[in-house]
Amino acid sequence: MGAVSVHEVSKSYGKTEALKRVSFDADAGEIFGIIGPDGAGKTTLFRILTTLLLPDGGQATVDGADVVKDYKRIRQEIGYMPGRFSLYQDLSVEENLEFFATIFNTTIQENYHLIEDIYKQIEPFKDRKAGKLSGGMKQKLALCCALIHKPRVLFLDEPTTGVDPVSRKEFWDMLAKLREQDISILVSTPYMDEASLCDRIAFIQEGRFLKIDTPAAIISQFGQELWAVEGDDMYTMLLDLRADPRVTSCFTFGESLHVTVREGTTTDQIKTYLTGKGHCNISVKVIEPTIEDCFMQITDDKANG
Amino acid sequence: MKQFTAFVKKEFLHIFRDTRTMLILLGMPVVQIILFGFAITTEVKNIRFAVFDLSRDQTTRQITERLAANRYFTLVADIDSPPEADELMKAGKVSMVVVFDADFNANMLHTGEAAVQLIVDATDPNQATTMTNYATGIITQYLQELSAGSGAGATLVINTETRMLYNPQMEGAYNFVPGVMGLILMLICAMMTSIAIVREKERGSMEVLLASPVRPIFIIIAKAVPYFILSVVNLITILLLSVFVLKVPVAGSLVLIFLGSFLFILMALLLGLLISNIVQTQVAAMLASGMGLMMPTMLLSGMMFPIESMPHILQWISAVMPARWYIELIKKLMIQGVDGIYVMKEFAILALMVAVLLAVSLKTFKKRLE
Amino acid sequence: MDDVVIRADGLTKKFGGFTAVDHITFEVGKGEIFGFLGANGAGKTTAMRMLCGLSHPTSGSGTVAGYDISKDQEKIKANIGYMSQKFSLYEDLKVWENMRLFGGIYGMKESDIKEKTDRILDNLGFSGERDTLVRDLPLGWKQKLAFSVSIFHSPKIVFLDEPTGGVDPKTRRQFWEMIYQAVHDGITVFVTTHYMDEAEYCDRVSIMVDGRIEALDSPRNLKRQTCSETMGEVFRKFARKATRSAD
Repeated sequence: MGAVSVHEVSKSYGKTEALKRVSFDADAGEIFGIIGPDGAGKTTLFRILTTLLLPDGGQATVDGADVVKDYKRIRQEIGYMPGRFSLYQDLSVEENLEFFATIFNTTIQENYHLIEDIYKQIEPFKDRKAGKLSGGMKQKLALCCALIHKPRVLFLDEPTTGVDPVSRKEFWDMLAKLREQDISILVSTPYMDEASLCDRIAFIQEGRFLKIDTPAAIISQFGQELWAVEGDDMYTMLLDLRADPRVTSCFTFGESLHVTVREGTTTDQIKTYLTGKGHCNISVKVIEPTIEDCFMQITDDKANG
Repeated sequence: MKQFTAFVKKEFLHIFRDTRTMLILLGMPVVQIILFGFAITTEVKNIRFAVFDLSRDQTTRQITERLAANRYFTLVADIDSPPEADELMKAGKVSMVVVFDADFNANMLHTGEAAVQLIVDATDPNQATTMTNYATGIITQYLQELSAGSGAGATLVINTETRMLYNPQMEGAYNFVPGVMGLILMLICAMMTSIAIVREKERGSMEVLLASPVRPIFIIIAKAVPYFILSVVNLITILLLSVFVLKVPVAGSLVLIFLGSFLFILMALLLGLLISNIVQTQVAAMLASGMGLMMPTMLLSGMMFPIESMPHILQWISAVMPARWYIELIKKLMIQGVDGIYVMKEFAILALMVAVLLAVSLKTFKKRLE
Repeated sequence: MDDVVIRADGLTKKFGGFTAVDHITFEVGKGEIFGFLGANGAGKTTAMRMLCGLSHPTSGSGTVAGYDISKDQEKIKANIGYMSQKFSLYEDLKVWENMRLFGGIYGMKESDIKEKTDRILDNLGFSGERDTLVRDLPLGWKQKLAFSVSIFHSPKIVFLDEPTGGVDPKTRRQFWEMIYQAVHDGITVFVTTHYMDEAEYCDRVSIMVDGRIEALDSPRNLKRQTCSETMGEVFRKFARKATRSAD
């Protein structure tokens, strides 16, 4: 039985279609990532699955229970951390955790083993008000609160947005450990670099799923050689490369330009071309595409038809 | 049940840790009552008055002179018709008009009875009473001297009639106390409850709570409990202050006063819940309860302005204001000290309002986000 | 080195006993994209406020666009642009109304504003959206428009505060292309961020930890020095030393 099963789910707010007939299955015990920019429909999807919104059409089940009919059962069995979730800032770390344990009909002691690793890091501050914690610590406490009742499925809506890179890394390490406890995790993020940490990912844009697969499979399906081109004047180089008919796509990518070319074009040809345009210190390297490159390629295909 | 107590405990922690708000909530009734106590001045100075003398004999002239000579009174006009008296009073030029009947002196001599009428501006009932007392005192003293001087020992009686022009039933003064009660209970229950619920929506914690096994209605009831208790504390504070500081007696049954107050508190809590069902932000909740509840409560419930002198349309609006009926109820029970049977109407109206609000707020209450 | 447009020399800001910014020293050259990195609470915002002339340094000195940050705040303000992801445009004004407003704030002539509005909307391909309320535009469009507005008065330097958080990869690239174009036209860009993918686009980055600048170099050199694959790793290696936590 899948942890989450979604079939043709749609949702509109007035004229805006937030979700357009979305379908996917997340297996039990996997980390399923939903990757997409702000406004793509991630939060709407999470709210439907956590029984907070009713879908306009389609069916969805969480741990076998229907999100519309069996909403009460689902509410017993899931943990949910909404995107803008804030704990009660005026309650202490311990009071927050105790409160959430009680409303889920459990106690901190009962499931302490589940949160032990995470909670130990914030336990020294257990009398501090949640509002006085750093972003990373708040995130840890929120995760503890969502886990305290040993949920079967954990929904994390953009848990790392606005969190510094150190805490983001730690947060993902914690998720990997939770998977070993047999908890299924559905997580959304706007960060492409976090996609590779999921077992499977779905790209979402404008309410549609563009692709669902493992990160490795998505990268292997890139299907083209990808080059990283660097030089002194990146901006004119970008314009020059785009003007060359052999170049099929050219994007800025941090310090370099990521370029794909028509088949048969060699790196030397491009180097010669750029030198002819007056560029200096040119380097062209073949590189492994990243998830972000794949997302760009897929959205580009969509845009072109 | 454990869930519920955990909730109530959490709500109390929120309130206790927000010391500033809590002090405001507990301090406000005290400040309002005490401010009001000081605002009522019983000392009257410089009363400007006019005389409407139909008799124009020696006695009336002397009485007028006596009044005008008193340091509290200043004669500003001698008038010839009742409309003139009205005009002067409306324009605020005088606050008292002394009217002597025709043949004042003759009546006094022949029947031993003559009428002098005092028309007093009673916008401030306390001042009106004081003015009347002063004027009556001066007139009586003059007449005593007169009868003593005549040596005959005949007792002469003067009727001083007081007509309160603008506030015939002595609205105001003590009536402010029921008004303050209505306002404060409305503020704490409706405004604070709606803000507390909406705050959870705004901070995203409502999503977590709704996605948990807690029954959504528990969340709401738990929110209401601390504010209910806070309201009762304030209610007692107001009653104690008005009895011991303002010396307003509680003339009627305390049990009925509390019963009526509980009904009103319940009503206000439901209003707060209704507001929180509709709005999404704390600012909107504040505006809705402030503009939609507090302002009308202050202006239309009879707390500041007598309902009788409002235009009809405002009287109708006032009739659907719960605070109006509550204030009336408390006024009757506390100040007039009537029996339970005379406040049945107010009780019935409040109960009906509670029933309607309960139905509407349960209907609009969402167990999901929309 | 090219002309220096931003210079900070021992810049320090204390709030009571707390040192938010602790003797930072750096220079930014004309036409450079300078990344100012740090976790929440590391002191980025305080430092940027001092550079923009919004806050007096407790000690140290600095110049921005050739003006002293403690004396010539008004001149600095006229010569810089600012854009943040959180606030940039008035949502309830139309596109052209926003542009007229910001042009007006910087004292541009009515005719210049008109001409520039047309040119910018044309460049962005937004000419059809001239009369659209900003709140009805997609997020990516808003951000592109916000950037255009922040350099509307041709400032010498533009300060960007986490400009591209949350947008899709494609819009982010279009955004950075606009920044490159602005740099090409001679504008200096100062980016404060804790998004590491934004850091990768900068010519040089400084990493701020607990109010001090712990590292300052090009992303490439920083990665090499710390044997890291990504700026995220670089950042983690420096920021681990942090003792301060704030939010």
